[in-house]
Amino acid sequence: MSRRNERGKRVLVATKATESDELLGLDRDRLVEMLRWMILARRFEEKAAEMYQMGEIGGFCHLYIGQEAVAAGAITPLGDDDYVITAYRDHAQALIRGLDANALMAELFGRVGGSSGGKGGSMHIFNAARHFMGGHAIVGSHLPIAIGLGYAIRYRDSDAVCVCFMGDSVVNIGAFNESLNMAALWDLPVIFLIENNLFGMGTAVHRAAAVEKLADRACAYAGMEGWTVDGMDVLAVRKSVERAIERARLERKPTLIEAVTYRYMGHSMSDPSHGVYRTKEDVLEHRKKVDPIDHFVDTLKKHAVIDGSDVTQIEESVMAIVAESVEFAKNSPEPDPEALYTDIYYGDYPDPKRRDPWR
Amino acid sequence: MAVIAYREALNQALREEMRRDPDIFLMGEEIAEYDGAYKVTKGLLEEFGEMRVRDAPIAEMGFAGLGVGAAMAGLRPVIEFMTWNFALLAIDEIVNTAAKLRYMSGGQLKLPITFRGPNAGAIQLAASHSQSFESWYAYVPGLKVVAPSTPRDAKGLLKSAIRDDNPVVFLENEVIYGLKGEVPDDEDFTIPLGQSEVKRSGDDVTVVAHARSVHWAMEAAEILAEKHDISVEVVDPRTIRPLDIDTILDSVRKTNRCVIVEEGHPFCGIGAQVVDDIQREAFDYLDAPVIRVTGPDAPTPYARNLEQLSLPQAEFIVQAVQHVSYLE
Ligand SMILES: Cc1ncc(C[n+]2csc(CCOP(=O)(O)OP(=O)(O)O)c2C)c(N)n1
Ligand SMILES: [Mg+2]
Repeated sequence: MSRRNERGKRVLVATKATESDELLGLDRDRLVEMLRWMILARRFEEKAAEMYQMGEIGGFCHLYIGQEAVAAGAITPLGDDDYVITAYRDHAQALIRGLDANALMAELFGRVGGSSGGKGGSMHIFNAARHFMGGHAIVGSHLPIAIGLGYAIRYRDSDAVCVCFMGDSVVNIGAFNESLNMAALWDLPVIFLIENNLFGMGTAVHRAAAVEKLADRACAYAGMEGWTVDGMDVLAVRKSVERAIERARLERKPTLIEAVTYRYMGHSMSDPSHGVYRTKEDVLEHRKKVDPIDHFVDTLKKHAVIDGSDVTQIEESVMAIVAESVEFAKNSPEPDPEALYTDIYYGDYPDPKRRDPWR
Repeated sequence: MAVIAYREALNQALREEMRRDPDIFLMGEEIAEYDGAYKVTKGLLEEFGEMRVRDAPIAEMGFAGLGVGAAMAGLRPVIEFMTWNFALLAIDEIVNTAAKLRYMSGGQLKLPITFRGPNAGAIQLAASHSQSFESWYAYVPGLKVVAPSTPRDAKGLLKSAIRDDNPVVFLENEVIYGLKGEVPDDEDFTIPLGQSEVKRSGDDVTVVAHARSVHWAMEAAEILAEKHDISVEVVDPRTIRPLDIDTILDSVRKTNRCVIVEEGHPFCGIGAQVVDDIQREAFDYLDAPVIRVTGPDAPTPYARNLEQLSLPQAEFIVQAVQHVSYLE
């Protein structure tokens, strides 16, 4: 899984997408739904990139382009009671978990029609009604929250599970150990899913993590298993997450899954897609050889689940949703100035304007 | 009304609330089998079992964040820090997460969580174990901060903190865990957050003090009445955020003089905020500049004599009150 690049640096390359067995027994609707989500996430974010460049979206905006198979494979098998939580690279997960594209785009625009009324932005997307619990921008900070969701599931004796996405750099932060330890200690139904896109910003995984395979970290926690899967293959991701869900529901055992994937864009919209840490050729090679959408389309065509016209149809319907989301966001007003001081506390609170009369 | 210790009052509050609401659970280091490092959670494991009274590993960020996640899912966690010094390892979850999630989610989330444990000076534990953190947390919009001075307040305020649907930082005090006082037996007794209490009425000088400092202020008030014929009014805010400044202002408008006491460092302390509120809203009522009596602008020393010197003790308060009365 590693080779030397042109400059003699050791780089990890995502493993070639595998042949997933028998389409996991999923029917056509399910398979097409997964493909549709991946294409929606891709086109939505391509549009977000465009809007960012036009100045409609500000701040940090981290795109998931290239990694769609991970979110689609992990979220589609979940039920309504299950929880999803992730870091700041959160648009695809939010969409696939059912957040309206309009509300997402409006949030990126900082408008009142956004999922947080424009007060969270790209890195802080929430959809509590669908148990999508964020959108967390401090690396590692959402792992303890994930086990808290797991604790609540156990507390209520429910058979829900929590899927916790994280970047590869998270395995190196203290909260990772604290959370996986407690999850294993108390049998919390949490699936820790590493989106190993080979880099934390510009730092290659092996320059930060003193471990060969990130999933090997699971061996430090009794009862936890650690698996590495091809994160460019949506069916491979889905298959392993389904297995982890079963472990969580039936045995209450947490699982650590490392999905090896690749990010095509820069770390965020303010970063270049390549530089000292990886070459332009590396990026192009991944796009060409292991693109998760191309690969899934090929698989579905090969099994005669879809043909070219189905893909065209999906593309068209998705493009309509994306175009509408931009229209919606543009037409949604900026938040009312009063909103500055709302949603800070639940219930009554003394008027903060007493110390701030001019604003 | 029973006379019980501060720690028992807290224990009663926890027990009564847990009986009332099955969504409340406790988590922290040594709180279950060991009954709590300071015995605040004594006997609770026995009554409520391990799911509701959970010994956590030494992983402050982990279990503080666990509480936040559980609160997001609708439970009502009470997270104990063995002391607030150790909560520095968890401050990201308190400040970046608990305090911000409601705002960043545009009001979608509710965070009914209480973080509690002893704050401020202990006895000869030196600088890493003797710090006052109220201004750290009171700075943060989204948090409520409570610092009770008596067993009665401890019980009434902890019950309200637990019932509150916002993250509450509840600052106890190790040195007064054994302090006894009258506490109502009534299980419905609570004290609302955000209400100051006049702990002693007087006419000449207002002394604002919270937590352990209230006791030095009361001692000073006694000395001043007996030896110097100065009548001191002691106002205890009890809740630091939201601060009931009106009770303090009413007192200052009556006495026209004010001394503010706290155990924490002077720079950016709670008193600095109170001074600001007073000068903005009661400037014309002041007959003297407001004076503060605080801990030193130095880490807390180990040596007994230096540690004693660090406290905002009655003697200093007596001097400050005389100073604002132009009587030195
Ligand atoms: C505690 C903390 N330190 C630093 C940062 C700044 N930062 C944001 S993302 C990032 C890299 C994270 O990489 P990874 O976990 O691999 O996720 P990816 O961006 O690749 O999805 C860094 C250093 C942060 N947000 N939080
Ligand atoms: Mg990464």
